[in-house]
Amino acid sequence: MNAEWYVVLSSLLFAVGAMGILLRRSPIVILLCLELMLNAGNLALVAFSRMVGNQQGQVFALVVMVVAACEVVVGLGLIVAIFRRRLPLDVDELRELRG
Amino acid sequence: MEAVLFFLAAIGALGGAIGVVAFRNPFYGVLALIVHLFALAVLFLLLTAAFVAAAQVVVYAGAVMVLYVFVVAYVGEAHEPAWESIPGQRLLAPLLGAALFVELSIAVLGSSLKALGTDGPDVSPGFGDPTAIGRLLLERFLLPFEATSILLLLAAVGAVVLAGRRDEGAVAGAPGPASAGTPRERGPDEADAGAGAAVLGGSS
Repeated sequence: MNAEWYVVLSSLLFAVGAMGILLRRSPIVILLCLELMLNAGNLALVAFSRMVGNQQGQVFALVVMVVAACEVVVGLGLIVAIFRRRLPLDVDELRELRG
Repeated sequence: MEAVLFFLAAIGALGGAIGVVAFRNPFYGVLALIVHLFALAVLFLLLTAAFVAAAQVVVYAGAVMVLYVFVVAYVGEAHEPAWESIPGQRLLAPLLGAALFVELSIAVLGSSLKALGTDGPDVSPGFGDPTAIGRLLLERFLLPFEATSILLLLAAVGAVVLAGRRDEGAVAGAPGPASAGTPRERGPDEADAGAGAAVLGGSS
């Protein structure tokens, strides 16, 4: 398969994830959509790595995976902390920092 | 054969992504994301990135998704209200997503990358296997490797501080609205502006 198929698929997945972040209001689903966007970036990195014939892009993808895991851990910790304080799990109502 | 496998995996990845966005129940969203991750692992295998595919399945579809399932089960099903706080959000979001896709496609396909229309160069059989990636990680990219390990440690400590139990002394001044029958931990009132301070005080 041509590399451009993979790149177009990755931009499509990224756009779907961005649409989900714009559309949904539950913070858990927004974190899931962030995962979609990070994985689309990973797919593009690995596709470019194959296209150039260089393995360094795959190492970059692994580092992105680690960063995504950290983001998930902190995000889910925040959600649990919000839930324990009986605040609504809705990003439109958690707007105290909006200014 | 390769094309058939690519299109099957692409349909799986796209279906999983749309499922994450469309399912109202977050639990089904997590399951759709697992489908998406497995399809992406197949795509990584097609791109001769065996180690990345294995890490994707073990780390993501295994560990991270279990974390998600735990939190969704703990928080429970959030009822998302039907009204839109931003007028026209349902209409505008897919429009902006489509615009982003068109823009990204134009940006990538319009670039003058020579190798974009090819299959890429022929690679040796060991391309992307654990031996090669491990050698790269531990020789050339040793410093980023150690930096990511410190980042993981920081994230773990941060999550414990954020979500850990506070001791009773930190919240004694602000009794929570402890409704009867719910086994949740009592916390400070919703209007308590010093919520973050309570977390910090509880951890110290």
